[in-house]
Amino acid sequence: MPSDQLSATHFVAPVKNTEITVDAVRIDAKPSNLWRDAWRDIRSRPTFWVTAVVVFVIVLMAVWPTLFTQVPPNNNCLLANSNGGPTSGHPLGFTFQGCDIWSRLVWGARTSLMVGFLATLIGTVIGVVMGALAGFYGGWLDSVLSRLGDIFFAIPYILAAIVVMSVFSQNRTPLVLAFAIGGFAWASTARVIRAEVLRVRQADFVTASRAIGLSRFRTLLTHVMPNAMAPVIVVATLTLGAAISAEATLSFLGVGLGSSTMSWGLDISQAQSSLRVAPMALIYPSIALTVTVLAFIILGELLRDALDPKARARR
Amino acid sequence: MTTANRTPLLSIRGLTVAFDSGKTSRQVLHGIDLDIHRGETVAIVGESGSGKSTTASAIVNLLPGTGHVTGGSIVLEGTDLTSLTQPQMERIRGRDIGFVPQDPMSNLNPVWSIGFQVKEAIRANGIATGRKEVDRRAIEVLQQAGLADAERRLHQFPHQFSGGMRQRALISIGLAADPKLLIADEPTSALDVTVQRVILDHMASLTAEKGTSVLLITHDLGLAAERADTIVVMNQGEIVESGPSREILENPQHPYTQRLVAAAPSLASQRIQARAEDRGIQHESDLATTEPAIVVTDLVKEYKIRQGSFRSERFRAVDGVSFEIPRGHTMALVGESGSGKSTIAKMVLGLEESTSGSILIDGLNVGRLTGKEAFALRRRMQPVFQDPYGSLDPLRSIGGTIAEPLEVHKVGDAKSRRARVAELLDQVSLPQELASRYPNELSGGQRQRVAIARALALKPDIVVLDEAVSALDVLVQDQILQLLADLQSELGLTYLFITHDLAVVRVVADFVSVMERGKIVEQGTVDEIFANPAEEYTRRLLDAIPGASLPLGAGAVESGA
Repeated sequence: MPSDQLSATHFVAPVKNTEITVDAVRIDAKPSNLWRDAWRDIRSRPTFWVTAVVVFVIVLMAVWPTLFTQVPPNNNCLLANSNGGPTSGHPLGFTFQGCDIWSRLVWGARTSLMVGFLATLIGTVIGVVMGALAGFYGGWLDSVLSRLGDIFFAIPYILAAIVVMSVFSQNRTPLVLAFAIGGFAWASTARVIRAEVLRVRQADFVTASRAIGLSRFRTLLTHVMPNAMAPVIVVATLTLGAAISAEATLSFLGVGLGSSTMSWGLDISQAQSSLRVAPMALIYPSIALTVTVLAFIILGELLRDALDPKARARR
Repeated sequence: MTTANRTPLLSIRGLTVAFDSGKTSRQVLHGIDLDIHRGETVAIVGESGSGKSTTASAIVNLLPGTGHVTGGSIVLEGTDLTSLTQPQMERIRGRDIGFVPQDPMSNLNPVWSIGFQVKEAIRANGIATGRKEVDRRAIEVLQQAGLADAERRLHQFPHQFSGGMRQRALISIGLAADPKLLIADEPTSALDVTVQRVILDHMASLTAEKGTSVLLITHDLGLAAERADTIVVMNQGEIVESGPSREILENPQHPYTQRLVAAAPSLASQRIQARAEDRGIQHESDLATTEPAIVVTDLVKEYKIRQGSFRSERFRAVDGVSFEIPRGHTMALVGESGSGKSTIAKMVLGLEESTSGSILIDGLNVGRLTGKEAFALRRRMQPVFQDPYGSLDPLRSIGGTIAEPLEVHKVGDAKSRRARVAELLDQVSLPQELASRYPNELSGGQRQRVAIARALALKPDIVVLDEAVSALDVLVQDQILQLLADLQSELGLTYLFITHDLAVVRVVADFVSVMERGKIVEQGTVDEIFANPAEEYTRRLLDAIPGASLPLGAGAVESGA
């Protein structure tokens, strides 16, 4: 078309289709919602499958250790094998005490995961309840709960757990340890969910459900909480990694689990005395610990990307 | 004003733009041709997603995200902007092409003073050097943009400015370097109409004085017609029609433009009538016999504003408001932001307590109800809110959302609820298959339909519509307004319609109350008020409607068919 026709004269595009539909509904499109979209997004990433396999294997070790090793981890330790190298049936060699390293690694996964999961569960439940109540009801309740959260935030939870475990020195079970870690690690979860609840609370659908006649508490449960949960899952995966390493740290320091339990932290602690002669006894449990913590943290990062539509658009 | 044989200042030919997502690329502009002459104002009009803002961003090479120009040319005075390097483009921006963004709230950096940000623009474009000179120029451009006592304002921060003042500051930044072309992307859509008018007047006189060309991006046909010499209508990444403003309005050729012109509400429009004309009540004679559905008397709402150190100040958001709404009719509550109209809606809905005064719904005082009575009243009165993206729970299926009121009030069993959901989807003209889908698959207009269906689930008598169509595109807005009119005549609904848009009031309401700073300044029937506004404020509001004098929306009635 000639260029001078544009601004000066009247230009009309050829009419393509005679009928102009306004705001037509597309019902042929694939059904989608937040969780479905997130799953679609996350399953297309290779990193997800690598970490998923790692996590699956570690969980399998924890649930069913005999699948991986027939050697008992604690009995049959022969001092003759002390710091021995790999032999057939004992692929990673022996500890100072003459115990099979591979077997101890496999059996140690259970303790690590159990403490990790329990501590995360405890921390997340406390954090979600505190944060949701503070964010939704506001006012003096918010002030009290938020200051309480600040106090717990200010206490390093490793330090707090050391104190608690010293008090319970006669009863160092995984459950007690999980409470010691989880009971002091909820403050960041509470902060995250409080901010989310504050955001969701503003939405018109919350006001609309109040106008229907829903009570405040039911509105919180049915509309606000489900919409505030996505970041909690992300924080929980990150907390899981931190709790596992906290267990190892406490056990290493000798205030974690009793020496009769199997734990990567304990193994690292016991191996340090013979580090120069037999470094592998320290290196293997350290690798196991690192891989596990890393897997959960990467999983958390992936979930964060998948659950945040804005991050997805940027990719 | 413009002659065809002069070479244009900016000439766009065959412009295509695509956005990449992963391996696929999606084209959003399919060959745009556009000329802007010196001193000319061109308006691109279109609905959201039409590509109007993308065109503007492509010119200054600031496409968001993965967007990039895939073909065509953008020639500014002989230079093809698409072939320029980053530093070359940076020299063009600001100096040759100024940009006024849409949202005055987020486009100024809150941590720097206004003066700093204006001076930054001046320095970056090398307009003035030396501290004194830059200061002088900054004050000058702010004064030109209509900011009184600019010298003092230089040291203030964005949060100390109102929306209108921020937009003035942004315009002064856009014009700081005397660009040849000013691109204004919806410069006033976040502002009240009276402020919008002042700002646009000012921008027009400034650009006329300096001979600056303006590319105005807007969704408002009336505003485009009033401000631009040439209108370009875009739809789905293509130009469907372009030409002199008057001609486009008076003689639209393309069916899309025709619908757009017909759907645009304006003062010349008629009240939308229901398609099936079977109203039980036929005008004034019937009104006297039925008692009003809503009676509001001397309603007051005071807030305490904390002033720090345990002092607080009282603020009257709603100040002695009284009105009545006859059953089966619509009353519009109009006012600018902060006038207290939404607070009234919340109090009528019982979501907020009044400080004094009374609200009678069918003779029941909303403020003095027991919990049980209040719960029962909710069945008779439901809201529809403004933001289509916030009004539905994203994790609930459409069917679940619409059925929720039935579950809460224990109406029927699962089977009858499903049937009711299907019936409601029918009523708002949505396919029943949507019941199992989620809100994120729907457009804004469709979400509002779902919100209306939810509001109607309990068969209420009264619906409170709080800016329910304000966020929608013109054609969709027209559709929803038609739907509301149909439902009103079918179900005998009473509407309390809260809006800032007087043109919409014209097409939907029977009665209107104009609010200013918590008080009702004028009320009456729509015909009376629009024909003879008694108050200065009402007159100002009416005058400020873009394109008030233009014959827009003449065909609004036919367009519903």
